[in-house]
Amino acid sequence: MIRSGSGRWRSRIATALLLLPAAAWYALLLLVPLVILVVFSFGGRAPEGGYLPDFTFANYLELPTRATAFVNALWMALGGTILCLLVGFPLAYFLATRAGSQRTLLLVLVVVPFWTSFLIRTYAWLTILGNNGIPSLLEDLGFGHIVLLNTPFAVLLGIVYNYLPLMVFPLYVSLERLDKRLLEASKDLGAGRWATFRQVTLPLSSAGVLSGVILVFIPIMGEYIIPALLGGGKVFFIGNALVDLFLQSRNWPFGSAAAIVLILIILTAVTVYLRVGSRGAQFREVSLL
Amino acid sequence: MEPMTFQKLYDDFRLGRIDRRTFLKASGLGLAAAVIAACTPGSSAKPTEAAGGGEPTAADWSPPSGVDLGKTLYVTTWPNYHNPRTIEIFTALTGVAVELNPLGSNEEMLAKLLIGGTGWDVLVPTNYTFDTYGNKGLLEPLNMSMLPHLDTTRYDQKLLANAEYPAGSKTLFGFNKDWGTTGFTYNKKHVTKPMASWKDFFDLAQTDYSGKVVIHDYQLTSIGNALVYHGYSFNSVDEAELAKAEELLIAVKPHLFAITSDYQPPMRAEDAWVAMTWTNDGAQLHADIPDIEYVIGSDGGEIWSDFFAVVSGTTHREAAYAFLDFMAVPKVQAFDATFHKAPLVDSAGIALQTEEVRANKITYPDAASLTNLEFGTAELLTNQARADLWARFKSA
Repeated sequence: MIRSGSGRWRSRIATALLLLPAAAWYALLLLVPLVILVVFSFGGRAPEGGYLPDFTFANYLELPTRATAFVNALWMALGGTILCLLVGFPLAYFLATRAGSQRTLLLVLVVVPFWTSFLIRTYAWLTILGNNGIPSLLEDLGFGHIVLLNTPFAVLLGIVYNYLPLMVFPLYVSLERLDKRLLEASKDLGAGRWATFRQVTLPLSSAGVLSGVILVFIPIMGEYIIPALLGGGKVFFIGNALVDLFLQSRNWPFGSAAAIVLILIILTAVTVYLRVGSRGAQFREVSLL
Repeated sequence: MEPMTFQKLYDDFRLGRIDRRTFLKASGLGLAAAVIAACTPGSSAKPTEAAGGGEPTAADWSPPSGVDLGKTLYVTTWPNYHNPRTIEIFTALTGVAVELNPLGSNEEMLAKLLIGGTGWDVLVPTNYTFDTYGNKGLLEPLNMSMLPHLDTTRYDQKLLANAEYPAGSKTLFGFNKDWGTTGFTYNKKHVTKPMASWKDFFDLAQTDYSGKVVIHDYQLTSIGNALVYHGYSFNSVDEAELAKAEELLIAVKPHLFAITSDYQPPMRAEDAWVAMTWTNDGAQLHADIPDIEYVIGSDGGEIWSDFFAVVSGTTHREAAYAFLDFMAVPKVQAFDATFHKAPLVDSAGIALQTEEVRANKITYPDAASLTNLEFGTAELLTNQARADLWARFKSA
């Protein structure tokens, strides 16, 4: 079909108009704050706190003093993501292939905890992991006195508990669309259960794994509430350091520098991961055809 | 019940806007309450406890006539610090709904005020903030004509003078809500070694009671008491002395149960046996669990006073002054104190408290125990060395 000149114009205007709200949103709420963050990160701290115009690299040079917080967040994000994947995959697989008529009910059950606030769900663990919760039960059973609350274990548990649904749903969607005939074909061609899983199921659900991992990893890197509540201020993430820098010591420039580096770390991790992940996916797609 | 409704209720409960009974009744968690009650020792939210003069009524205070007070008032304060019943009575008398917004530290309060656009009307700042707040124009000088029930001649003038800006000018930016000390609580059930000083506190935290001690998430008190441990001033900003305090804090950190200013829950659940504690929390904990004792460090520490103040540019000025005037009524103060348990400053308010309250050695300690204590200095609110030290310690 050949479009007239005016028709093309109209279509362009319509496209621009339709994109305007999203563009304005990103410009105002993403780009502008990002620019402010970059500018602040080279500034100085005003005497009573806040920002003082300046140009210095001092804030970036001081970042090694927050190395522990960065490392804590990175390890916990990696560990939490892997645990979510290990727990989430079998669950998603079961829901997609074996749940049968119970499937809708079970899916709803996965979502139900989301009906209450993140804060309340995390706060509830304080009671469960506290002295009168699981530790007293374990003590009664003869396991001795065990401290669970305010440990890395508690934080990791809180992370897996809160982020698991974000992992399960993308996995479920990709597994649910998986063509069952391919599994039969694999079996017919002599592949065992493990070989079928490794060569058919896993590659075909890689898109779900990819998005699940990203959905879970990025927010854990910036997590603040879980370590604050279940880590007792002792398991400290860079998110907690940022809150302290902005809301306690009021060192905006240093906080901005830390935030910029956090963004860069996440960006790098996700880029590397997507490169590696999608290369594998492309290869598999070709091999399937 | 809608999840959002429950969430709002829970937040109200957690942040101290409503008491536990109201929360359980409204949320229908009555049965669960029995289970919770078996697990956690009782909260001190007993709003109907008889005060010296009982509940305040319209006979004790009525709003200024012919003034539109509006519908809402935002009060930024500290946790466990207001009798929910006092707030209810104010709302009943004025029609003004009070939103309490509890924060963790004066530093957090300042940080948010500096960012601006808080929408806050009334603050409950501590003595050492007035210099900065006055200097930055964050509070407005009290308009005494709008506070007919406030009689500052009944106040301890030394405590009241903290709210003068500039210091010594007789221009008041607030009046005392109460005062107190920063000491520590310990649970006698588990703590058998004598604990009388900050020396004992930090030494035993690293040995006998390792893993069972809580310090505040607050540079003023945690650094201050670590300084006292070494025999320095609570208010020191000396570089070498701060370095020694940081060394101690870093050494103690792996032995702590938590770094938090919300230490009542772990003390009640016996997750923690020792906690850095303010007078009011100490008295609340002791009232519910008599095994929990409150100690003022024999080697020093902090004495403080909190104030009622009005935020500059408040959009609910009439309601803010009505609330302050209401809180200045001696009977209201005495009633409110049955809940928060901090010592009062207004002599008429103290006179209305029961003999039992006035004889409570946690609320009203002997004057001799206060001699080594220091008021936080204005400099500490904005001192960068201490702010940096604290942020560094926490992320270490």
